Formats: sequence, C-alpha cells, structure tokens
Amino acid sequence: MNARFEYLLRLGDDALILGQQLGFWTGHGPVLEEDIALTNIGLDQIGQARAWLTLAGKTEETGRDEDHLAFFRDQSEFRNALLCERPNGHFGDTITRQFLFDAYAVALHAGLSTSLDPEIAAIARKSAKESAYHLRHSRAWMVRLGDGTEESRRKIQASVNDLMPYVGDLFHSDDVTREAVSAGWGTDPASLRHPWESTVAEALAEAGLDRPGPGPEQTGGREGKHTEQLSFLLAEMQVLPRTYPDASW
Amino acid sequence: MWNQRIFEVLMEMDLLQRFEAYVASEKKIEPKDWMPDAYRRTLVRQISQHAHSEVVGMLPEGNWISRAPSLKRKAILMAKVQDEAGHGLYLYSACETLGVRRDDTIRDLHSGKAKYSSIFNYPTLNWADIGAIGWLVDGAAIMNQVPICKCSYGPYARAMVRVCKEESFHQRQGFQIMMTMAGGTAEQKAMAQDALNRWWWPSIMMFGPPDQDSPNSAQSMAWNIKRFSNDELRQKFIDLTVPQADLIGLTVPDADLKWNAETGHYEHGPIDWDEFKRVVAGHGPCNKERLEARRKAWDDGAWVRDAARAHAEKRASRKSDSNTAAA
Amino acid sequence: MEHKQWPLWEIFIRSRQGLSHRHVGSLHAADAEMAVENARDVYTRRQEGASIWVVPASAITASSPDEKDVLFDPADDKVYRHPTFYDLPDEVKNM
Repeated sequence: MNARFEYLLRLGDDALILGQQLGFWTGHGPVLEEDIALTNIGLDQIGQARAWLTLAGKTEETGRDEDHLAFFRDQSEFRNALLCERPNGHFGDTITRQFLFDAYAVALHAGLSTSLDPEIAAIARKSAKESAYHLRHSRAWMVRLGDGTEESRRKIQASVNDLMPYVGDLFHSDDVTREAVSAGWGTDPASLRHPWESTVAEALAEAGLDRPGPGPEQTGGREGKHTEQLSFLLAEMQVLPRTYPDASW
Repeated sequence: MWNQRIFEVLMEMDLLQRFEAYVASEKKIEPKDWMPDAYRRTLVRQISQHAHSEVVGMLPEGNWISRAPSLKRKAILMAKVQDEAGHGLYLYSACETLGVRRDDTIRDLHSGKAKYSSIFNYPTLNWADIGAIGWLVDGAAIMNQVPICKCSYGPYARAMVRVCKEESFHQRQGFQIMMTMAGGTAEQKAMAQDALNRWWWPSIMMFGPPDQDSPNSAQSMAWNIKRFSNDELRQKFIDLTVPQADLIGLTVPDADLKWNAETGHYEHGPIDWDEFKRVVAGHGPCNKERLEARRKAWDDGAWVRDAARAHAEKRASRKSDSNTAAA
Repeated sequence: MEHKQWPLWEIFIRSRQGLSHRHVGSLHAADAEMAVENARDVYTRRQEGASIWVVPASAITASSPDEKDVLFDPADDKVYRHPTFYDLPDEVKNM
C-alpha cells in the first residue's frame, strides 16, 4: 500500500465531494448574495481537490491525473469521509455539514502547514486561509439560524442531530495515518478531535443549540465503505468522461 | 388654482426640454435628479428585465455544473454562473436606485408579470450547449451590453461597465469548449454541431424584433438608454460570428446565409418571429421549469431570510439593552 | 405574508494600500458582518480589494440635486484657487 497516495486521496476526495455538492446551490440559494458565497466556497473546495488529487496522482506514479482520479474511480475507491456525502437537504443541512467539516479543516490545514513534505505544506497553507473563511461563513450561519426564529432553530437543531453521527471518519486513525505521522508529512486525525470539539461546542453554545450526546457513529468512508448517496452523486459527476472515455474536453 | 396647474405644466415642459437637451449632450442622470416618469419607467422595465435574465440565465448552465467533464471545466463553469448571480445583483441594485425594492422586482418575476430574455427558455441538452451559450448567447449579450456602458443613467451604466468587464471571459470559455469539441471525436463534433443548430436562431433573436416592429426603440435611443438599433446589432453579431463557426469547422444552420461583398455583410434567411413571440408569451420549452425553479429557490429560502433578519434584530436589541444597562 | 427584506448596504472598497475606499455598489445583508462577507464575495472576486467598508444605505445623508446650483456654483468664480490662475515669468521653471 502507498500510504502517501491513500492519505492524499482522503484529502482530495473530501474536498471534491463537498465541492460537487455545493455546486448544486449555484442558482438555487435563499438570496443571490448567498448563491455567490456558497459558490465561492465550492470553488475553493474544487481547487483544493484538484491540488490534492494531482499530488496523489504524482505520488502513485501510474500516470493518473486529477481528472482520471475524479472520474474513473468507483464509489468503493473513494476515500472521502461519510459526512461529506450526506445530501444537501435544505440550506441548514448544507450549512451544518459545511460547519462540521470546516471546524475540522481549519485544524487539519493548520497541522499540515508544518508538514515536512513541502508539497503538502504548500497546499495546506493555501487551503488554511480558505478554510478559515469557510468556517467564519458557516459558523455565522449556525448562529443566525440557531438564534433566529422558532422554525430555524428547530430545523438547524435537527440538522445537527442528523449529521453529528457522521463525523467519525474525520478523526479515524489507521495504518495510513500512523505512517503519515511517523514519517512527519501528515497529521494524526485523532489529535484534531479536541480542537474540533471546542470550535463546535463554542459555536453551538452561541447559537443556543444542543450538542447531541455521544452516540453510535457511522464510519467507513476512509476504507471505501460508503452510504447509498455516493454512487448516485458519482454517476452524475462522472457521466461524460465515462461515456466518452476517448474524448478530451 | 387653474393658474397653478398651468404653471406646473409649463415647469414640467421646461424640465423635460432641459432634460432631453442634457441627455443628448452625453451627460449622465443620477438617481435623485429629476427625470420624466416615462424615462424612469423605461429604465425600471429594462434594468429589471436585464437582472431577471441574468438570474434565470443561471439555470440552464447551472444544470451542467454537476456533469462538467473535467474539474477545470467544473471550476470555470461555477465561476461563470456565479458571475451571472453577481450581474443580477448589480442590476437589481441599479434598479433600487430608482426606488424599486429588490423583493418587489423579484415578486414581479415570480408572478409572471416581468419578462426575462427568452433565450433561457431553451433547454441545455448536451455539454456543447455550455459552449454554445458562452459563445453565442454571451456573445450576443456582450454586443447588446457594451453600448449600455454609455447609457445616460449613471447607476445602470456603471453596473454595465462591471458586467462587461466580467463577461469578457465568458464568451472565450464558451468558444474554447466549442473549438475543443468541434476538433474532438466524431461524437463530440456531432454534439457541437447539434448545439449550434439549436442555439443559433434563438441567439440572433436575442437582439429583439426587427427595427420596424420595435415600438420603444426610438424613445430609448433619444434618451441614450439604447445606442444602436436591434437590426444593426444583429448584423454586427452575424458578421462577427459566422467566420468563427467556419474557423472551427461548424456549419451555421441557415441555408440562405451568404456573404455580400458589396455591402460587406452577411445576408441571412428569414427569422421565425412567431417562434420568438410564442416563447416570449410563455410557451417555450422551459418557461415553466425556469420560473418554477426560481420560485422554489425563493420560497425554500424564506425561512433562512427570516431567521437572519430575526437574529439581526435580536442582536441589535440585546446590544441596546446592554448599552442601556451600562449607562 | 409580507416579508421585510434585508437592509441595503452601500459598499466601499480600497483596491490597494495607498488608495482611498471607493463606492462600488450595494447589496443586501441581514447584519454588518454578513454585509462584509457578501461584499467580499460579490465585489472582490477578481482581486479588487484590500479593505472593505459597509454602510447601511439608510445611514447616508445626501445633498439634494435641487441644491446643486446653490452648493456648487459659488465655487465657479473662485478661479484664484487654481494654480493656472497665476501667470509667472518663463524663467521660473518649477513652482
């Protein structure tokens, strides 16, 4: 197993799946300003995905580029966290998914910024600025929706309750991450849990929302064990390159 | 009383005369300046239609964001459709300087009272449609819009300067998609030709009815809201675009199209204005879906907009409470 | 139900250090924080900005166009405020 390749796929796939999902909001947001904001975040995610997947392809040394990795892998070969593939749902669901992820991404990118691997560190430093902005955006919306109206509070609380069981993958440690840590180019996901918890707890408190108690978690994304949603998402995303494998666009 | 009325009418006539002379000398009107009611109404109608076109225009292209065939194309398309949202926003803002609230303008769109460009009532059926829209639809839009950068109403002109600056990459990315596909596999070339076949006529209809059937044009030209006639712009677009199609090996779907060396222009076949009227009247292939999608986004977003407002109000009142307590 | 829309904000952008903030347009936002974020996303997507000001449109007091003559015409005849008003001998090269 090529641990660096596996590790980079996880980073790239999280960003790719989130970017793909955010793209559905372009033209359908609650207000024009928010269409633009969500698209900006989606663009950052796609940009990060491209950087990580390109690096993954180089690491693998079999000639697969970002597009090959994005469009010609099946769902069981995807390594994104289950949280990222949860459906867009309503605006509050999307915001909560993004918020739970952003709180993790900020800690992750901070950690990777000091990676001994200069290529990883460079992408992480660029991504760190983006994820800091994403967190600012999603966190502000958590507070607005939590504090806003009765209806918004009820909805966003339900989003939090629904999505919290899916965060486990983000903090999943295994042989890949152990090698990343021991070689000095990656971070230990388990170590991100504490900063993540405090970001989340603080925001939920400010939003007047309850932190659901610890319960059974749904995990498996890092090993390619996904929810039903992912293969639909990929079928749509991959349709053109799969239908016309010889074409370039 | 009667004298007073005559005095007002005379004043108004004087103002109107001064206004028309002022505008004719290429000077700008700003929001709070006096303007004839008809000028204001024309602007509100035109700017809001324009804004709606940008926003509805996000839908046919937005369709393909999820299926863009490479990550680079996906990013470009997202950025492009996002720009359209920005353009809608700049234009709604320009409209607001005339005293029309954005929510009310949007309500007129959703009720079917306001119009938007008919072109967006056609479906996007294959990836080359994204190329054709950028190349032809944005190309036609730019041709329409560049003159508006000099329009007499300041806020509209300024919004258009920004729009035109941003649009310049839109047409290029579209043409590049078409060029790549036209030079690609046989299937890709077929898709590109199919897209050109379907988008050509609607694109040249974007310039509006022929001059003799365009009732509002003369007044708009006198007011420097409109600078060139529909037919002039259409001809310019055709002259520019046909050689581009030739260059990438695609055929413009007009059997009567021919170059006239004497006039230095292309002559084109008859335009099906009945189809144009049908689509404007709401019977195009996608009128219903487009409006429904806009209404749904707006209705689904209501609780979000309410929540943000409620939060802002609560926070402001908490702040003033704590200020009172501190004092 | 009649919904109140979010307030309108006027946006001023400093395009780079050394220049003043310039009015670029307006947008809607529920609060000031959101106005800053929206301004960033709407008006600085192409590296147009180094700093953003947002001002509630309702907080702006504008001079009235009716007063234009009264306010601005009196400056017309004060040509002595401009350097070109003063004739200098050619020998004075720079002043």
